[in-house]
Amino acid sequence: MSPVPGVTRRPSAAAVLIALVLVVLPWVVEPYQTVLLSYGLIFAIAALGFNLLLGYTGLLSFGHSAYFGAGAYAVAFTVKYLKVGSMELFLLAGILASALVAALFGLVCVRYTRIFFSILTLALSQVLWSLAFKFYWVTGGTDGLRVPTPTLLGVSIGAGQDKMVFLAHRYYYYVLVIFLAAVGVMWLIVHSPFGKALQAIRDNETRAEFVGVQVWHYRWVAFLISGAFTGMAGALWVPLNGLTTPDILHWSFSGEIVFFTVLGGFKTFAGPVVGAVIFNYLKTFAVGYTVYWQMFLGLVLVTLVLALPTGIMGMVARLAQKWRRAPAP
Amino acid sequence: MDTLLIHALNSLLYAAVLFLIAGGLSLIYGVMRIVNLAHGSLYAFGAFVAAWMVGRLVAGPTPTAVLYLVLAAGAVVAAGMGATLEPSLLRPIYKRPEEYQLLITFGLQLILEDLMRLIWGPYPLSVSALFEGMGSLNIGDSIYPTYNLAVIVVGGLAAAGLWAFIYRTQFGVVLRATSQNMRMAQAMGVNVNRVYIEAFTLGCFMAGLGGAIVVPQQGAVLGMGVDALILAFVVVVIGGLGSLEGALVGALMVGVVREFGITFFPEIELAVLYLMAAMVLLVRPNGLFGRA
Repeated sequence: MSPVPGVTRRPSAAAVLIALVLVVLPWVVEPYQTVLLSYGLIFAIAALGFNLLLGYTGLLSFGHSAYFGAGAYAVAFTVKYLKVGSMELFLLAGILASALVAALFGLVCVRYTRIFFSILTLALSQVLWSLAFKFYWVTGGTDGLRVPTPTLLGVSIGAGQDKMVFLAHRYYYYVLVIFLAAVGVMWLIVHSPFGKALQAIRDNETRAEFVGVQVWHYRWVAFLISGAFTGMAGALWVPLNGLTTPDILHWSFSGEIVFFTVLGGFKTFAGPVVGAVIFNYLKTFAVGYTVYWQMFLGLVLVTLVLALPTGIMGMVARLAQKWRRAPAP
Repeated sequence: MDTLLIHALNSLLYAAVLFLIAGGLSLIYGVMRIVNLAHGSLYAFGAFVAAWMVGRLVAGPTPTAVLYLVLAAGAVVAAGMGATLEPSLLRPIYKRPEEYQLLITFGLQLILEDLMRLIWGPYPLSVSALFEGMGSLNIGDSIYPTYNLAVIVVGGLAAAGLWAFIYRTQFGVVLRATSQNMRMAQAMGVNVNRVYIEAFTLGCFMAGLGGAIVVPQQGAVLGMGVDALILAFVVVVIGGLGSLEGALVGALMVGVVREFGITFFPEIELAVLYLMAAMVLLVRPNGLFGRA
């Protein structure tokens, strides 16, 4: 069963409309806004991957920074050691590296659930953080590693072209296409028999096992896919940011991934996507507005948990239901 | 030989502070089944309050004995915060899935970190006068700060006091009963709400005390709570969530590994600690002293 029946069955008119708006946007708004949205879409890919575990398998990972960071650092390493500059190879490196890390960490983590799963994922992600932090001659330490503007499909940035324009147009569309593809693939995954099996595990592990679902194996595959999605987001993020630092491996970044998934509502398919984009705006606004942005975000999170546990999409669904039930005047 | 002794003392020093933090974290988990992600921030709060209070009162180069007692204000304030936070923020979510408990304490952690920045500004506070005021001892050919020994003693006393409190008093019996079976305890007439608030306050008191005694030596810095929280996690995962003996043994293990790690393999010192925690979880999911 889909988490909220009726709301997420097929791409609705609204989804098509949003996709259209996303396509037209760079021609209408300032480049800065487009770049900001690119960040949001990239985080949305990470959140999609994250929610395969939280929303569909019932596992709260507090260590997804590890896969995002693995993707980002894999890109930085291919630049540093292999002198590669092609975005397609970046993505390949990012996905492979994060899948590898997720496969390894997953072997350990999927044997646990609940709080132990959360703490274990957190501890393992901190291993990567401390390595990136300490091995500065490889990773650049807190200075991080720079990543130059890549070539997209073999075409490099024109000589003398403004990087901002490049990021706001060609790179934006590149991100958008991958984002839409990621949404499509994740949609297929959660509605496939495999996705149904994950939801069965989430709802009742013992029963799922009795009807023949190999719980650990399914969880491990879900972990792997989840990590690879998040790693792909990391690989897309680096060229946009131009730099990767250990911050994105730290557990507080994992906390942000959890945050935007809950903000959007982890019980819906679209929730994490909406949450990631909105969180990105919220954080950018808060950081620009006050030095106490953490406090602001913390207050939002606490309010959310106490008052709106189903997140933005849950609220939307409830309002829509109410509106439908209301008699026509 | 002397250097080995110094290493051992330093290990004990780490362990003493870590036990105060992790012991509180574990106590809270044991009784209320909540992993408090804001616990490190309460430790940092204790440090800042202690540093600020002493900073107000300190006069002249040689501190008076009273000032050492003033440090305890950090612990008292942290306890007060615990007593306020539990009924207001945590009580409404006990019945909800534990994901929400992690989230709300994560939100609380974000708030507290910035609250410290708001109150005390971005610069570190230090009261090294208290550290220097105690002088140092000669151990063989080496000298060792007396204050560090005092911290070790306080850590040891705290562990002993907590043990006596939990295993030798009426309140301890109630606490352990609630921890083992909350419903049954409630049915026997235990006021569970009160036990929860007391346990949370006690846990926060310990964290605050940890912060307060560490301040003369290290100062109070923004972000110290987040780092401490992760180390405390390592400790409780090794020792077993909810077990005080485990927190003690875990703190000693982490203390030793950290001390020797910093000396002999500084690059992978933290990684080794986290891997240690992961290994223990693999072999004994409930930690060395945990119960299912």
